[in-house]
Amino acid sequence: MHGRIRTWGPGALVLLPTVLLLGYFVYGLIAWSFNTSLTDRHTARKGPANYVGFENYGNLFGEDRFLNSLKNLGVLTVAFIVGTLIFGLLWALLLEKGVPGESIFRSVYLFPMAISMIASGVVWGWLLNPSQGEDARGLNRLFEILHLSFLENPWWTAGSRWTTMASIAMPAVWQLSGYIMALFLAGFRGIPPELREAARVDGASEFKLYRYVLFPQLSPIALSALIILGHMSLKLFDLIYAITGPNQFRTEVPAIYMWNTLLRSDMAKSAAIAIVMLAVVAVLVIPYVAYTVRQESEE
Amino acid sequence: MRGGLSKTLALVGAAGLLAVSACGNSDDSGGGDSSANKDVTVFTWWADGGEKAGLDGMVSVFGTECKDYKFVNSAVAGGAGANAKQVLANDLQAGKPPSTFQAHAGAELKDYINAGQVDDVSQLYKDYGLDKAFPQNLIDNLTVDGKIYSIPANIHRANVVWTNPTVLKKANIDATKAPANVDAWIADLTKLKAAGVAAPLGLSKGFAQEMLVETTLLAELGPDKFKGLWDGKTDWAGADVTAALNKYKTLLSFSNADREAIDWSDSLGYVNAGKAGYTLMGDWVAAQQLANKVPETAYTYWPAPGTGDSFQFLADSFTLPTNGADPDGAKCWLKTVGSAEGQKAFNTKKGSIPARSDADPADYPKYQQSAMADWKKDTIVPSCAHGAACTAGQNNDILSALSQFSGSQDVAKLQTALGTAMKTS
Repeated sequence: MHGRIRTWGPGALVLLPTVLLLGYFVYGLIAWSFNTSLTDRHTARKGPANYVGFENYGNLFGEDRFLNSLKNLGVLTVAFIVGTLIFGLLWALLLEKGVPGESIFRSVYLFPMAISMIASGVVWGWLLNPSQGEDARGLNRLFEILHLSFLENPWWTAGSRWTTMASIAMPAVWQLSGYIMALFLAGFRGIPPELREAARVDGASEFKLYRYVLFPQLSPIALSALIILGHMSLKLFDLIYAITGPNQFRTEVPAIYMWNTLLRSDMAKSAAIAIVMLAVVAVLVIPYVAYTVRQESEE
Repeated sequence: MRGGLSKTLALVGAAGLLAVSACGNSDDSGGGDSSANKDVTVFTWWADGGEKAGLDGMVSVFGTECKDYKFVNSAVAGGAGANAKQVLANDLQAGKPPSTFQAHAGAELKDYINAGQVDDVSQLYKDYGLDKAFPQNLIDNLTVDGKIYSIPANIHRANVVWTNPTVLKKANIDATKAPANVDAWIADLTKLKAAGVAAPLGLSKGFAQEMLVETTLLAELGPDKFKGLWDGKTDWAGADVTAALNKYKTLLSFSNADREAIDWSDSLGYVNAGKAGYTLMGDWVAAQQLANKVPETAYTYWPAPGTGDSFQFLADSFTLPTNGADPDGAKCWLKTVGSAEGQKAFNTKKGSIPARSDADPADYPKYQQSAMADWKKDTIVPSCAHGAACTAGQNNDILSALSQFSGSQDVAKLQTALGTAMKTS
């Protein structure tokens, strides 16, 4: 009996604070939010609230504004992930080829990640000024000076949902591509050189070498990148807040809508939005976690 | 490991000492007086510029009027009050209200009233004689279900158009005279556009657009029906509202393309720089022009076209939070806020006008003198964009609908959205 406690006791003791803190501040508060989302607590008034079941969720999904924010989020996530993966992979490929001054390029591409989104959002807000022609400012001014006026556009202030949210995704792509590049670069470096040599000896073209030998080995990294980018995009708040302000229908995503709802003390509704966001992230993350756990146990 | 542990202990010890010394401090400020805490914590978002100067003026009056109490500044800067409101919401939720807090007078207080966070101050109006000093029209606008929940410190006017006479001269338009109505204004805007001013109406994002919609509605519907929009007596689905919103759509077509990306000070800059002829903004522009050293000859101003007989007001006010730490100190602050000296000290610095009708115009700069004269004779109507006519939630929904309209230009959709917004709380 004593011996047993000795084996698992210290481990349990070390884990205990984490379990307690996570249990309360993460899972306990998720439960609290979920509970609030089932009530009619629509003001800051204290005291008992009535349970209304899933009424708040029903109302949300019948609401133009919420559905608009979900669609915006979907488009943003696709644009952000595709853009970041393309640029990340492209840069990794270029650097992997071994250019002179590689470390400088690596730093240059990685640096944007060191800037907080709220700060880069303020600057991008200026860069994405929608004025065109003689009045152009920001990026449009740059295009004007370079005589590339066909590239000038109103960015997020006009046009379809795709052009709107792609303009918002652009700064995020700029910030995160370097990180994805670093992931892929590490992946390339992790592939033993013998494999390349063997493929070359067998007469594989450069394209076939990448297509059939190197890329398949990067798929676990691509999956991690997808999950990391996906959950970041689903929670994106600060960048949009800084670029467009909190009350912009065209660019509103659930995180911003939740903030707006909370500011008017509608606790139940904002809790419901939070739980929907959690569910969307869970749809993405849980299969990934299950997959990695299975992989690890197989190993 | 050992070093780490002793370091930790030292840190904990230091923290303990800090806590003890903090206790010592608060004992000192109590001055050994066991009766009550004499600190009056005043929560505002007036942290710099003319607002801060105005607050300082009020504090000096408070210092002489309420010698028993000590003013404690609890201002939260940034976001035109958005940051402050969040901090305040947390404090109120935690049951730790400040002695008194700043809030827009009128319907925006409903959120606090519904949450049971502020007390009725009608009795103070009688005690301090404010029911006589403030215009009856204003008191009616502040009354919610027969009770008043705050004391206004100042009055701003929202329905003012600022012009650049040099630009208007290009189309031979007299900048000193307001167009008779919205249609006449649109005719002038058309002339200006024809004269080569691409975007004659300077417009910025968010509440600036809301103010333009409001003044268009006010001009087209008249003050009584306009007030009815906010208290439910006028139907948002009416044909007159549709007509007004269509005129707003026309006005938008004369505005700058980057309206969703700039702030009101930028669109004022367009006017000053001669890129635009007009911009509609509240009368804090007068203080801004003064601060930017724009000479008074370089601009003119008049009430928004068609709203000449109405004074669309907004007011900053102070409340009496429920279960506040020291209600007597807070009441003394409220007395200062409502007093003639307090209002004078505050408003001459902030660039607004006093809510009291017994103030002497000679104490104020040129713009304020004309505003004070209008305040006495015009019909007083509330502004939704600044919390006098609608709650924070309604305002949020309206802003969202307007930002959607700025891109889509769908009048029917806007009209439905505005009606729905006013049905929520």
